[in-house]
Amino acid sequence: MGTRNHLWLAAKRTLTWYLVGFTISDRYATLVSVTGDSMHPTFTAASSSLRGDVVLAERSCLEKYQFSRGDVVLFKCPSDHRELFVKRLIALPGEWMQLPGSPDIIKIPEGHCWVEGDNASRSWDSRSFGPIPLGLIKGRVTHVIWPPSKIGRVDTKMPENRISPL
Amino acid sequence: MSGFARRLGGMPWREFAASAFSGTFLLAQALCAIHVVNAHVFSFALLRGASMLPTVNLAGDVVVVDRVSPRLGRVANGDAVLLISPKDPRKLVVKRVVGMEGDAVTFLVDPGNSDASKTVVVSSWDPLIQADVPQGHVWVQGDNIYASRDSREFGPVPYGLITGKIFCRNPGLLLYLHLSELTFFYPFAPEFIEVRMHI
Repeated sequence: MGTRNHLWLAAKRTLTWYLVGFTISDRYATLVSVTGDSMHPTFTAASSSLRGDVVLAERSCLEKYQFSRGDVVLFKCPSDHRELFVKRLIALPGEWMQLPGSPDIIKIPEGHCWVEGDNASRSWDSRSFGPIPLGLIKGRVTHVIWPPSKIGRVDTKMPENRISPL
Repeated sequence: MSGFARRLGGMPWREFAASAFSGTFLLAQALCAIHVVNAHVFSFALLRGASMLPTVNLAGDVVVVDRVSPRLGRVANGDAVLLISPKDPRKLVVKRVVGMEGDAVTFLVDPGNSDASKTVVVSSWDPLIQADVPQGHVWVQGDNIYASRDSREFGPVPYGLITGKIFCRNPGLLLYLHLSELTFFYPFAPEFIEVRMHI
């Protein structure tokens, strides 16, 4: 009887912390491990032996969906809802921008945005799948948590080699 | 005066603090449980608008939203789904999934004025044909094709925008009243928001 009681208590405590943790990760901030080299040098490219950088993504920006150009965002891949991507926001809804590598100028549709990886040569992003709906965005990356040598804020910056939105 | 100070000092402040803390924690726990159930298991929504007319009442219907199925990829043609509007991420809309990968959808472009119809092939990745639905996208339409802004206007939507599947309508007025009261007390209730559909 004593052990059963003990087990019950332990289960209850686990469930409680699980619920609390889940809520915090859903509503306020969450930890994500970044793999792939599309965001090099902002985040380290993960090789098979090393896991990628662990980053902190805040969720409070999702209340109003207010982002600024240059934010690093976490979003669901438009072609596979199970995958999460981390890219940099280049253009916001209603802005005119020049397509990279072409003279065309497009207007970002209402409620959409343009995302690109920092490592343009190794990134699968809006240049291939076009502007994505803002609703796919699941958070904004604010800090790098791991490895210890890279702990710090993630800067909001626009890539220099790209023409910024007109 | 000193008597008052002594009485104040004699109060079990530590116990007060402890019970206040445990009470707050219990409340926080309850709110967390509500959030998790609401966001990941099921929730309720009040639908309004004319775009789903034969299915959903014009005056508003309460529906139960299943949050598990979309996550598991168990949304099929014919399901009414709750999705984040591709035009405004702050809005949720309700539409019916009409075409998924591998389907061809024929629809009337402007049913009120003409009989012109159009067919799109909801196939896998093909960037050359503009109307084609890219991989991982679905074609959604309102049941009331005369008064609905849907994929006919904004094109296919990514599956990732679907946040719920509607599986039960009007789960009882009592439940609704109960929930609307709960909304009042629940300090951060995004899931109980009114779902306005585009008319």
